[in-house]
Amino acid sequence: MNYLPVLIALIKAVLMVAVVVVIAAYAVLAERKIAGWIQGRYGPNRTAFPVIGYIPILGKMLTRLGVFQPVADGLKFIFKEDPIPGHVNLVYYFLAPCVAFIPAMTTMAVLPFGEMDGQPLVLANLDIGMLFLLAVSSLGVYGIILAGWSANSKYPFLGGIRGSAQMISYELAMGLSILPAFLWANAPGSETGMSLFNVVQSQDQLWMVIWQPLSALIFLVALFAETNRLPFDMPEAETELVAGYNTEYGSMKFGLFFVAEYTHIVIGSGVLTVLFLGGWNFFPGLPSPWPGGWVGGVLSTLWFLLKVFTVVFFFMWIRWTLPRFRYDQVMRLGWTVLLPLALANLVLNAIFIALFDNWFV
Amino acid sequence: MAFKILERKPLNWAERTYLPQIITGLKITLWNLFQKKVTLEYPDVRPVIPEGYRGIPTLVKDPKGREKCVSCQLCEFVCPPKAIRIQPGEIPEDADYAHVEKAPKQFDIDMLRCIYCGFCQEVCPEEAIFLQNDFSLSGYSREEMVFPKAKLYEMGGTFPDQHNKWGKKQQAAEEAKAHG
Repeated sequence: MNYLPVLIALIKAVLMVAVVVVIAAYAVLAERKIAGWIQGRYGPNRTAFPVIGYIPILGKMLTRLGVFQPVADGLKFIFKEDPIPGHVNLVYYFLAPCVAFIPAMTTMAVLPFGEMDGQPLVLANLDIGMLFLLAVSSLGVYGIILAGWSANSKYPFLGGIRGSAQMISYELAMGLSILPAFLWANAPGSETGMSLFNVVQSQDQLWMVIWQPLSALIFLVALFAETNRLPFDMPEAETELVAGYNTEYGSMKFGLFFVAEYTHIVIGSGVLTVLFLGGWNFFPGLPSPWPGGWVGGVLSTLWFLLKVFTVVFFFMWIRWTLPRFRYDQVMRLGWTVLLPLALANLVLNAIFIALFDNWFV
Repeated sequence: MAFKILERKPLNWAERTYLPQIITGLKITLWNLFQKKVTLEYPDVRPVIPEGYRGIPTLVKDPKGREKCVSCQLCEFVCPPKAIRIQPGEIPEDADYAHVEKAPKQFDIDMLRCIYCGFCQEVCPEEAIFLQNDFSLSGYSREEMVFPKAKLYEMGGTFPDQHNKWGKKQQAAEEAKAHG
């Protein structure tokens, strides 16, 4: 039996996970820096690394930017004492961080992040990529429910209830808001289905956000709710619920929740970029200038990452701008505004496409 | 009537979506992102201490290096948390300022008890105890935080003496002796 393909796939997967986790760790830093800057503070700027920190100008600059902070945070999570409260349900208490962490790490498998000679750079180019992504990412809610329930105390419990209600409500609007994008991306009778690569390729002239702004807006709002970001951070709501579902967690178990949350943000930004911001396509109306071969692959990946980071910045920017919604407002917005809007949007687009195909094609 | 009733207009369609308001908010936060930071990077940059600040209490000497405290123990009695402990002592006959007669043998301030009220400074008839600008004290044990006399003088230093009370007394005594 030939083990080489398996080995290569394994190396690729580990590389992808490593890169995404590092991006997630630096997203935490970015969050703290942006929070500081918006509030007139500096953010973390003291953590120095022995050798690199002593380089005359560069070391000082990196320290001021807080570049070493994620390393310190990660080490702290690993080496901290891990207290286990006496009142928890141990099985689910230990299971919950894993259940939250694994879907967050799995969704990246189908996310294309670049193209090389017309082929997608992706771990698994599935025809049902979007379906897989929605299915797996919605499993993440079990982590929150289990964490809230197993902790056996009131604040995590409330956080868990809110989280589950919110994520189920907004999943509907999210699923419906991406359908118009796929309707427009696929020609009648094509077999690409819900492939994410195909969606990006169809946006080489016009980004979907310009053509489908309403879908993009609904998707963005639902994405905020799905990733539990402010103004929809019901499960965490640190001013109301201590720390929400992860109140009783400490050390690396809390770290897993934390990394999962930020991985969700990074992957969510990636999905938004793929679906509505044209993926690695250059600008609307301009052909992509990426040359063939690996140079083009690297350039398109960098361009894609730039867009993702912009969206991540937008996430943080919103967080420090808008206050949290009340729980009933979240539910009302989800069920009475976003869901009908997404449905109407889908139906109108379908009718429009049907008429368009009949009259002009 | 001194007040005005504002008419509340109903929100129009765009306002009811809240999106224009969100964009305005985003603009404000983005503007703030590039403003000057207000953080004082504390251990490196110290705040400017205003006049009349009540930091740690210390004993001071007069410009000639004489210890001003005469161990009258008023501060010990007035101290609300009883942070000050004084053992009065006598000044030996052959000293320069023998006519002051008394000086503290021991003068301890327990900085863990001190509440920085400034009563000791206010009550002192000799202007010998002053609250300084220093506000951050730390130590590894409780014993270490009871500051003895030597340390209090070291932290206090010398203060200008406007009255020169004991110098005048000495001078007057000498003049009286000269006139016989």
